[in-house]
Amino acid sequence: MNVVVCVKQIPDPSVPGQLEADHTLDRSAKPILDESDSYGVEMALQLVDAAGGGEVTLISLAPNGEVSGLRTALAMGAAKAVLVSDEACSGTDALGTAKLLAKCVERVGDADLVLAGTESSDGYTGTVPAQMAELLGWPALTFAKKVEIADGKVKIQRQTEAGYDVVEASLPALVSVTAGVVEPRYPSFKGIMAAKNKPVDSVTAADLGLEGQVGWAGARQSITNVTQAPAREAGEKFEDDGTGAEKIVAFLENLKVI
Amino acid sequence: MTIDKVWVFAEAKGDKVTSATLELLTKAREIGSTVEAIYAGDNAEAIAGQLGEYGATTVHAIDAQGALPGQVAAAAIAIGAAEHAPDVILFAQTYDGRDAIARLSVKLDRPVLTNGFTLAVEGGKLVFGTAIFGGTTMVDCELSSDAPHLIAVRPKSFTAEPSGGGAAAVNVVGAVDAGRAAESKVLEVFEEEQIGPKLEEAEIVVSGGRGIGASESYKPLVEELAKQLKGAFGASRAIVDAGWVPYALQVGQTGKTVKPKVYIALGISGATQHLVGMKNSDNIIAVNKDGEAPIFGVADLGIVGDVNKVIPALKDAIAAKQG
Ligand SMILES: Cc1cc2nc3c(=O)[nH]c(=O)nc-3n(C[C@H](O)[C@H](O)[C@H](O)COP(=O)(O)OP(=O)(O)OC[C@H]3O[C@@H](n4cnc5c(N)ncnc54)[C@H](O)[C@@H]3O)c2cc1C
Ligand SMILES: Nc1ncnc2c1ncn2[C@@H]1O[C@H](COP(=O)(O)O)[C@@H](O)[C@H]1O
Repeated sequence: MNVVVCVKQIPDPSVPGQLEADHTLDRSAKPILDESDSYGVEMALQLVDAAGGGEVTLISLAPNGEVSGLRTALAMGAAKAVLVSDEACSGTDALGTAKLLAKCVERVGDADLVLAGTESSDGYTGTVPAQMAELLGWPALTFAKKVEIADGKVKIQRQTEAGYDVVEASLPALVSVTAGVVEPRYPSFKGIMAAKNKPVDSVTAADLGLEGQVGWAGARQSITNVTQAPAREAGEKFEDDGTGAEKIVAFLENLKVI
Repeated sequence: MTIDKVWVFAEAKGDKVTSATLELLTKAREIGSTVEAIYAGDNAEAIAGQLGEYGATTVHAIDAQGALPGQVAAAAIAIGAAEHAPDVILFAQTYDGRDAIARLSVKLDRPVLTNGFTLAVEGGKLVFGTAIFGGTTMVDCELSSDAPHLIAVRPKSFTAEPSGGGAAAVNVVGAVDAGRAAESKVLEVFEEEQIGPKLEEAEIVVSGGRGIGASESYKPLVEELAKQLKGAFGASRAIVDAGWVPYALQVGQTGKTVKPKVYIALGISGATQHLVGMKNSDNIIAVNKDGEAPIFGVADLGIVGDVNKVIPALKDAIAAKQG
């Protein structure tokens, strides 16, 4: 079984974000593998393992030929990667991203399953996976907290407000997974060394036949205003000297909730 | 562009329309002159009254074909949009809302604006506002693509107000060919028995973070307190990622936005990505053993202390009051 995993490489979230003059994200910091996608990578490795054969291929759209996040996922055990990196892709929106990534899936060929995160940590539109499925003409099972493959079908537990739905579709299909579905492995030293020599197929929008459809022009949207959100004022703060609970009770009583 | 017709992708739980849908209908009335709902499910008749009460004149009822409703709805909406020419289609940023807007954006080749907090018409243009960097920065956007504009808004961004309209007329849309999207068949539905209100609708929300110490502590410290207060329980991402509680309970940037009368944060540091999901609560109480924790920067009442001491005492005190 061959699984393709979408992995986004994002600016390190522990570094405060900043916008460039053209309203794109400042990406000068070295990007890392989005944690949301580490679950997809782990899930893919486990599924291929369980199937007893096949490989895991990563696909990513990133500016400036960035591969550091991809290397992390390759070190976890993925076999190879396709990276879309192209000046022309700067400013690409969710739909443009999905168009590029769907073409990558076709370029990889013979994928039985595509895995993605439910939402990226920096963009969090949560639409790219289902957009890709529509472009590929595949079913999409979204927000999966459990994934099983059997008899050419994929069955998931889909997160809902009050529990979960069991949803099934035949392969090939796309599945988006929530955080916590599996425990992502740490790359081993051997894995990290091996990742350095794993193939990364670097392509442009033109290579994928999407010249002129992506980037700022393709996004058809503009940022008209950027402001600071108003801050909330802090109230009273007490050290708990044994009366902490009483203070909360008094506060709640004052609000007439108890 | 003048905005005439606004469609709202409606969602319901059983025969009850979700509050996020009612919020969107209210906003739709403000920005457009005609408001219609689109709904994928077989109980459109049962919800037409509620949809009408909040301003929808018609509900276009789509056959979900036993599949994920958002996945199949797009095919029908695309056909309907060509016929009825809505200027704007609004979705809630929910599980099914995201499925529907995503598929539809491909069908219509339109960009999507997601995670909206504000929406207004200024000088005939639709201005969409969202928050970035953990809610510290507000960004306004405009679309230059043709109608219909596809927009997803976070629940709790607007206040739902009835218009007093009569029941919406039900326009049954026949089954459309959704291609392989219709293969996403829902086989079973599991609902954990829900005692008390939903997270987004509760008057009181109690959330736990890594500071509660262990998965086993969630029930006694967070869930039980929430139940005593007839509220709902939530969580920080740290304990969702750790697998202590399901993703549906996550509050914050990549989880839910809540706006209760009282939000109680237990052992939560108050990272900006958590704050964005709860800082508009009317009142915030925080218990954290680190006096410097950023959560105290937004708390109306902060207790610098150990949740393992404060919460059992609090539960006893409330139980004593409630008799
Ligand atoms: C892109 C992105 C998106 C994110 N989205 C979200 C989101 O939607 N929601 C979200 O919550 N987070 C989100 N996060 C994660 C966020 O940055 C924080 O990591 C997370 O909120 C921390 O959770 P926490 O407060 O439970 O844990 P910690 O930050 O580890 O804090 C634990 C707190 O508990 C206190 N504590 C420890 N022991 C006790 C005790 N016995 N009694 C009382 N207090 C105690 C500590 O002093 C500490 O302040 C996101 C992060 C990124 C990068
Ligand atoms: N630039 C990208 N490269 C690779 N995968 C991506 C990219 N953007 C989004 N994705 C995938 O789509 C998921 C949802 O992203 P988003 O729609 O941005 O919230 C992510 O978790 C990734 O799996």
